[in-house]
Amino acid sequence: MNPMNYIYLSALLFSIGSAGVLLRRNAIVVFMSVELMLNATNLAFVTFARMNGNLDGQVIAFFVMVVAAAEVVIGLAIIMTIFRTRRSASVDGANLLKY
Amino acid sequence: MTNILAAEGTQQVADASGVFSLSWLLIALPLLGAAILLIGGRRTDRFGHLLGTAMPAASFVLGVVLFFAMLGRDAGERSLGQHLFNWVPAGSFQLEAGLLVDQLSMCFVLLITGVGTLIHVYSIAYMEHDLDRRRFFGYLNLFIAAMLLLVLADSYLLLYVGWEGVGLASYLLIGFWSHVPAYAAAAKKAFVVNRVGDFGLSVAIMIMFFQFGGVSFAEVFSGADGASEAALTAIGLMLLLGACGKSAQFPLQSWLGDAMAGPTPVSALIHAATMVTAGVYLVVRSAPIFNGAPDAQLAVAIVGAVTLVFGAIIGCAKDDIKKALAASTMSQIGYMMLAAGLGPVGYAFAIFHLLTHGFFKAGMFLGAGSVMHGMNDRVDMRRFGGLSAVMKVTWITFALGWLAIIGFPGLSGFWSKDKIIEAAFVGEGWRPWVFGLTALIGAGITAFYMTRLFVMTFHGKRRWDDDVHPHESPRLMTVPLMVLAVGSALLGLLLGPTGAIQHWLEPVVGEHGEEAPVLPIWVLSTSTVVLVLVGAALAAAMYLRRPVARTAPVGSVATHAARRDLYQDAVNESVFMRPGQYLTRSLVFFDNRGVDGAVNGVAALIGGSSGRFRRLQTGFVRSYALAMLVGAALVVGAMLLVRV
Repeated sequence: MNPMNYIYLSALLFSIGSAGVLLRRNAIVVFMSVELMLNATNLAFVTFARMNGNLDGQVIAFFVMVVAAAEVVIGLAIIMTIFRTRRSASVDGANLLKY
Repeated sequence: MTNILAAEGTQQVADASGVFSLSWLLIALPLLGAAILLIGGRRTDRFGHLLGTAMPAASFVLGVVLFFAMLGRDAGERSLGQHLFNWVPAGSFQLEAGLLVDQLSMCFVLLITGVGTLIHVYSIAYMEHDLDRRRFFGYLNLFIAAMLLLVLADSYLLLYVGWEGVGLASYLLIGFWSHVPAYAAAAKKAFVVNRVGDFGLSVAIMIMFFQFGGVSFAEVFSGADGASEAALTAIGLMLLLGACGKSAQFPLQSWLGDAMAGPTPVSALIHAATMVTAGVYLVVRSAPIFNGAPDAQLAVAIVGAVTLVFGAIIGCAKDDIKKALAASTMSQIGYMMLAAGLGPVGYAFAIFHLLTHGFFKAGMFLGAGSVMHGMNDRVDMRRFGGLSAVMKVTWITFALGWLAIIGFPGLSGFWSKDKIIEAAFVGEGWRPWVFGLTALIGAGITAFYMTRLFVMTFHGKRRWDDDVHPHESPRLMTVPLMVLAVGSALLGLLLGPTGAIQHWLEPVVGEHGEEAPVLPIWVLSTSTVVLVLVGAALAAAMYLRRPVARTAPVGSVATHAARRDLYQDAVNESVFMRPGQYLTRSLVFFDNRGVDGAVNGVAALIGGSSGRFRRLQTGFVRSYALAMLVGAALVVGAMLLVRV
């Protein structure tokens, strides 16, 4: 199978993820879209590793997973706190940190 | 320090030993007094005046001891140097701080501490009701210390320290009653004008350092022998500028009249007897320099002659007793400067007149203070008159000072001023005629204005205001007056006809041959006395025989000019002050609009634009995400573009 197909898939997933981040207001959905983008890049890394015949991409994919796991912990905690104080998880609602 | 045989007129300096090794105490004692009084504050209020008087008195006693010790030495070995400490050790350049006790500085030490002590005693009573009497004595002691440092220093730089010290003390004392704005302004004026002169002195010291590689008297005078005339002239003119500032000589004379704002003892001590004569000291001390620079010497004589007439004319029109005396001081210092500008023939007489003037002028200032004391601090002579009956001691002592200054035969001023007039007539060409006649006519005018002052104050009808009740001053004030009056009467007789002062100063200022004036001496003496009598008689006719108006009459154009100090303030204002103000104003304008404008403009530009950019921080997370995405896309796009 042509490895380029995985790349196309990866690009598609990344685009869907970024569209989700930009367009959705619910913090949980935005968060899931971010995860989708991360996984899209993971897919690209793994594919590149396969295409180039070395393990570099796979190693980086592992790092990304670790970072993503850490990010989930912190991100969900932040979303929880925001939800508790504001009774909503809208990312547009939490806009106090500005000029 | 030792073994430097200097130029003509200077003698070998021996190391100070024995009692002379105590000469630093002369300065240290008053300095200690000033420190205790000024640092101790209110705690010293109770005994401040006593301590302040004891210190200069102790210095005076030590000065007298040193004087007799000096008398006991041979004439050629009376110059003693005392090394104090290494002042400026800078690599190959070493500047030592040391004192030079010789015949010239000894004269000054005795004058400063002697007259100074009397004035301190006088001030105890004069300032009795002033809440700040302790501070006053602190400043006076500071002045005495600085003045002694000035005359005892063995290098120009140390002299400069004393020079600035007396300037500071003068400033503080003129503005002693600084709650009166006019007095504070007078102090500031004196300070600013003195600054101009001090600038000259500092430049002179720089040229000396550049030319001779040192600033001690020994180095400078030995270097002056081989130096070019141009360099010596430059140094001499700069020294003259310094002397003009300190001694209120033309064209830097404008501050002295206003300096009378200070308490009267200050006027007597600083602005008559001692500080204002520092310029004369500077010129005489720098004799080897001026001897090598005839042009500078001529300039000194011209400045002296001009100031002599200038001060005398102003003195004729002033109704304020202190200002009239100040004008007279200016004129008398003009005589000294003229004598100092005549060269070796005049140096000793300049110092002679300085000493006698120190006595009679201090006495008259203190007498004026005594009159003011009795007249509720009034100074307008048109409101005096007829005081001889109620203030006997003041009247008699003042009379002696008056006779001394006009040169009444036998009294101090006669001996000293007559000598200057004779010396002014020595020489060739136009000089003896111009200088001599100026000095001669000056003596006549002096007699006129001093007689006017005397009769307006003490004789004629009583023109007092209703609320004054004149009375004689307390003992503490009259005793110094008596001592000074005796000095005014006898000092000249003691030093003049015997030639003592000339012999005494000869090793310092150099010998000079007996040179005859262009006119026979008896002609000069007679015409001086005749002129003096005419001047005095004229004043008596105008102010004794005829009634004196209680308010000043309008007067002629000349009277007006003299009353306004011959427009010296107007000239200073229009020539220096106003252009200076315009200059500073335009500079301030340029600074505000130009320099500040550029700086502020840049700041405003950055501030304004950042205010706009700030709006980008909306607080919406999604807009940041969009920005990141766009930025990443741009970076990727750019990388692809470059790759291709």
